[in-house]
Amino acid sequence: MSDVLLRHKQRRAAVKSDVILDVQELKVHFPVYGGFLQREVGTVKAVDGVSFQLHEGETLGLVGESGCGKSTTGLAILRMLPITSGKIVFEGVDITEHDPRQMRPVRRRVQMVYQDPFGSLDPRMTIGDIIGEPLEIHKLHGNKAERRARVMDLLKTVGLRQDMIDRYPHQFSGGQRQRVSIARALAVEPRLLLCDEPVSALDVSIQAQVVNLFQELQEELGISTIFVAHDLAVVRHVSHRLAVMYLGTIVEISTCDELYAHPKHPYTQALMAAIPVPNPVIEAGRSHQTIQGEVPSAQHPPGGCRFHPRCPHAMPICKEQTPKLLPQGSGLVACHLFT
Amino acid sequence: MSKPLLQVRNLTTRFGDGLGAITAVNNISFNVDVGETLAIVGESGSGKSVTALSIMQLLPDPPGRIMAGEIVFDGTDLAKLKEEEMRTIRGNQISMIFQEPMTSLNPSLTIGLQIAEPINLHKKLPWQKAYDKAEELLNRVRMPDARSRLSAHPYQFSGGMRQRIMIAMALACQPRLIIADEPTTALDVTVQAQVLELLKELTRETGTALILITHDLGVVARYADRVCVMYGGKIIETASALDLYARPMHPYTRGLMASIPRLDEPAGRRLVPIKGQPPNLSQLPVGCSFNPRCSEVVDRCRHDTPELMKFDDKHLHACWVAPHV
Repeated sequence: MSDVLLRHKQRRAAVKSDVILDVQELKVHFPVYGGFLQREVGTVKAVDGVSFQLHEGETLGLVGESGCGKSTTGLAILRMLPITSGKIVFEGVDITEHDPRQMRPVRRRVQMVYQDPFGSLDPRMTIGDIIGEPLEIHKLHGNKAERRARVMDLLKTVGLRQDMIDRYPHQFSGGQRQRVSIARALAVEPRLLLCDEPVSALDVSIQAQVVNLFQELQEELGISTIFVAHDLAVVRHVSHRLAVMYLGTIVEISTCDELYAHPKHPYTQALMAAIPVPNPVIEAGRSHQTIQGEVPSAQHPPGGCRFHPRCPHAMPICKEQTPKLLPQGSGLVACHLFT
Repeated sequence: MSKPLLQVRNLTTRFGDGLGAITAVNNISFNVDVGETLAIVGESGSGKSVTALSIMQLLPDPPGRIMAGEIVFDGTDLAKLKEEEMRTIRGNQISMIFQEPMTSLNPSLTIGLQIAEPINLHKKLPWQKAYDKAEELLNRVRMPDARSRLSAHPYQFSGGMRQRIMIAMALACQPRLIIADEPTTALDVTVQAQVLELLKELTRETGTALILITHDLGVVARYADRVCVMYGGKIIETASALDLYARPMHPYTRGLMASIPRLDEPAGRRLVPIKGQPPNLSQLPVGCSFNPRCSEVVDRCRHDTPELMKFDDKHLHACWVAPHV
């Protein structure tokens, strides 16, 4: 076992206790307007009863296909979307009802890295100003020289050259821009980092560079991270635990090792089977049985277990009752096969 | 051995002219045999899509132009055909599936009309018969309720269903070759698996050759018989899929294999990224385009451009350092 892995394991064992973020029964519903008078005609249940805990120094991967509510969950945690019901407890404080003024000090402690490295950086600001802006907003590092020194430091942390400080975003490639976004997020020394598909817009050879940067930052800084992604192969390299979402609910949550070795929920199994492995010999021996159908509309989700219309193991009870997320092995699974 | 279905010889495609010219595809050659699946892999800007558009004669002209080379399909050089002649081949003998099913279907026409149109046009079937054929095709791509869906418009379908419609259109005239350019990149992974399985099954059944353009080495491993790896507008390695994964030779191919996160290896493994950035086509490095990023670079790589060299009869690569005959 490599040193790196060992250190990971040790920390994973050490940090189990303190919960930094506790999400309880989170629901985010969006109204749908239609008809001549644009009345409310329905709701999209983007996130429908999601609960999980994030521990100090831990990275939780939030995975699922488009429309499963993974990004919405992330944004709702930051209070960037109206919450329908549920509770978000960050560092022991319930922030669900915080007004914008109360949220301000919280925002310093929670930072975000976005998917699109082209849309999330202001093209008219220099890299130095972009990374330094959060310091200014939160009134840290008062004078200009100090701020610049701090930005220089951050550039080094994310693997950019310090002489790039006065350049503009258009002079950078996608991978470098994503490093700038990461530096900006790290500037205020957050306790929680929320990354929404941070590597999915990058080319494969560049993706590995950024994935490695995330791993290094985790080891060096130990910031708790929520890593939202659709690519199960990527997320596994940076996460300790993984929550698999389907149509606004978590269907399985477990440690990475356990989830990849023994996926329990039929949807998790289907996801794994659908991902081709870059090895023709293994592929030739794998079953390419695909699950049928597509993700149904979140406006009219199926009753009972939401996966039942596509599930190869569906039983009568699955149509009737929504399965609860219950302990199974080292994780939690929401499936009637285990009840 | 029978003659290959498609022979691309020394194809060079350029965009613009004068100083700002970009050579998107630079002197590439490859064959596609009857019924086989050839994958063209590469990152953005490697020239894989331009290769597809060159074969289809669909380059935006100007600024795109085929500067040199031949594209021999079934004995005819497509590069020399007039547009009217090309039209009898496009959609008939060679058809194409694009990445964006949203933008490649006409939003204001029913899908029945869009599938029936090439049948009516190329096979000269009366419209009623063409519609019957369209229904049959929709059934073959497992569209539920095909008859009634003929009169639906593209917006009424999900991304996966739209891609099925594209496949139905591509198969409409029983082409000998289908070119699929990133056909599932816009789709979710479970839907991607459905669409690719379908494409594989139908091309096997009908003996249609497939050029699969992708950046996903997993997809290549699952579906391709042979592979061309492109970098900076050139093919830098080509081999059977089995051979390429077992013995990648070019440092770029090996770099790609080491840099992708994969499900079949322990999670603790560190990815080995390729340093630097993909090349800018307007300022390609002198010599081998990969030399600034290559960990095994020797002096020769910096001034002498390698062309494809044989390692054995089926495995070729363009690298001075890797073993070759």
